[in-house]
Amino acid sequence: MTEPTLHGVIAEFVTPDGLVDACKKARAAGYRRMDAYTPYPLEEAADAIGFEKTQVPLLTLCGGILGGLSGFGLQYWTNMSAYPMNIGGRPLNSWPSFIIITFELTILFAGITAVVGMLMLSGLPQPYHPIFNHPRFSAASRDRFFLCIEADDEKFDREETTRFLQATDAVDVAEVAD
Amino acid sequence: MEQVPETNASTTLERLLPGQAAVLTPGHTLETITDKIVSIVLRRPVTLGWVGGFAFFFGLLNLLLFAMCYLFYRGVGIWGINIPVGWGFAIINFVWWVGIGHAGTLISAILLLLKQGWRNSINRFAEAMTLFAVACAGVFPLIHTGRPWLAYWLFPYPNTMGVWPQFRSPLLWDVFAVSTYATISALFWFVGLIPDLATFRDQAQNPVAKTIYGLLALGWRGSARHWKRYESAYILLAGLATPLVLSVHTVVSFDFAVSILPGWHTTVFPPYFVAGAIYSGFAMVLVLAIPIRRFYGVQDMITMRHLDNAAKVMLGTGLIVAYGYMMEAFYAYYSGNIYEFFVLKNRMIGPLAWSYWCLILFNILIPQMLWIRKVRLNPVMLFGTSLIILLGMWLERFVIIVTSLHRDFLPSSWGMYVATRWDYAIFVGTLGLFFSAMFLFVRLMPMITIFEMRMLLPQSKLSEEVSAHD
Repeated sequence: MTEPTLHGVIAEFVTPDGLVDACKKARAAGYRRMDAYTPYPLEEAADAIGFEKTQVPLLTLCGGILGGLSGFGLQYWTNMSAYPMNIGGRPLNSWPSFIIITFELTILFAGITAVVGMLMLSGLPQPYHPIFNHPRFSAASRDRFFLCIEADDEKFDREETTRFLQATDAVDVAEVAD
Repeated sequence: MEQVPETNASTTLERLLPGQAAVLTPGHTLETITDKIVSIVLRRPVTLGWVGGFAFFFGLLNLLLFAMCYLFYRGVGIWGINIPVGWGFAIINFVWWVGIGHAGTLISAILLLLKQGWRNSINRFAEAMTLFAVACAGVFPLIHTGRPWLAYWLFPYPNTMGVWPQFRSPLLWDVFAVSTYATISALFWFVGLIPDLATFRDQAQNPVAKTIYGLLALGWRGSARHWKRYESAYILLAGLATPLVLSVHTVVSFDFAVSILPGWHTTVFPPYFVAGAIYSGFAMVLVLAIPIRRFYGVQDMITMRHLDNAAKVMLGTGLIVAYGYMMEAFYAYYSGNIYEFFVLKNRMIGPLAWSYWCLILFNILIPQMLWIRKVRLNPVMLFGTSLIILLGMWLERFVIIVTSLHRDFLPSSWGMYVATRWDYAIFVGTLGLFFSAMFLFVRLMPMITIFEMRMLLPQSKLSEEVSAHD
């Protein structure tokens, strides 16, 4: 950590090749706290900066199981104890007719968990982030690719990291204020 | 087969058959795609045509509000329903609108799982279509209850009356199926919008627009970690929406099939309802896509290829629907059940036979034109065929509901069904709701998914040397 008011050093790339190549080099050079920014999902970039696994599928599975259990549980409890109704002599726990609502609630809970989980794990909504201080950053949602090595990385050194990024295919390297 | 050199930056990724249009007209780059879609909303002035169209449909929406006020004041007696036909336009329109929504989910979820790249430019407005169609559908179960201010009784909640809903009833299954469908469709739509809203935030000049899009974008910054979770959640949602969309119209068909009424009580209902839903949904997609691509000049993104593919889906699902009609007729004859056979005969030569034969003409005979390539590649013909299919699918529900009900088991309880002006006012009013929402949508939101269009570009892929060495 050289200067507390620095978020990191950011490099801008024109092609996805340049970005992924630089990500791999940065990781090989020992950098860990960094992030790539792309205008569309580029899985190789996430892999290259060492982010290979997400928790979203597991959370979704848990949400789905919870939804299914609460769906069936609600109907079972309602029909068995809260409000038993004898309809044409059918058993109170007539489970085949409970399947549809169980299914719907499974999907509902799993879907909501997938979305909320994805946002929470990513720390969104987040109105402010220092990366937006970079004047060129609006191009990240248009046509440019960025790699930011953050100042709290152990290996981070203001001059050396800048030099390192300049040696890649970057068209522009700049410091980002925190 | 024509070979397209993949190294050339100005071509698309796929290999095309001779005479086949590309999914994305060659020549686009990351910049041009972004700028073109952004400029439709942020740079293009409001045209007189848009104002006129919106004013017309907004007028119809006001007709809906007026008719609903009168309905709440007087009750459902202002409609044409009476015993034995207790289900009239309200249920016909509900089933019709829910069905239209299905194509949006099919395009956005099922075609995503099947890796159909051509869906990328039509999925956004097809999802919007789903949402608005489900909103229109949702109006009807609410208002047909007679006392709509008590509609929340349909949901299970602890109450001082000590009663709970009847979970064995298909009508309650419908409540859960449609409300889950609406929620998941809205989530899917919004999640798809987040990265594009971030693009809008970054491109907007107007500070108010920038703030609003910024709030909606939730601070999205395109981080590789976020994208990874995003893609994971998106594909999971698609996987969840796929069985959901098939289940929704199945459950809607249970409203009929689980009853014991001749004409309704058949096992072929679920699959042919689902096929019919997708059939009418794709017709609505074309009814929206053909004018949109013309007026907003996006023929390079919504190409003839899309129209051609949508027409083929209509042809396929239309044939499944035709099979359903045939099986219904065959079953009525082969089962030896005199009541079933009577319903069939009454449909074909009874007092409402015109509706049955119009249905066969609109839904089965006329759409066979789509076998002809020239018709599929002619937007005007396709637009006309789609309108006819939409009308045909509406008639299908009319035939199923009215002809099955109006001849009861005893001739003494036979009746006729004639819709009143209020029935028509509310139906036309929901068209106003649907289209005024669509008009607002194309001016306020990116109607083509920008980030997925970027992925169609060959330059968005990594070169082999970079992706190989690890």
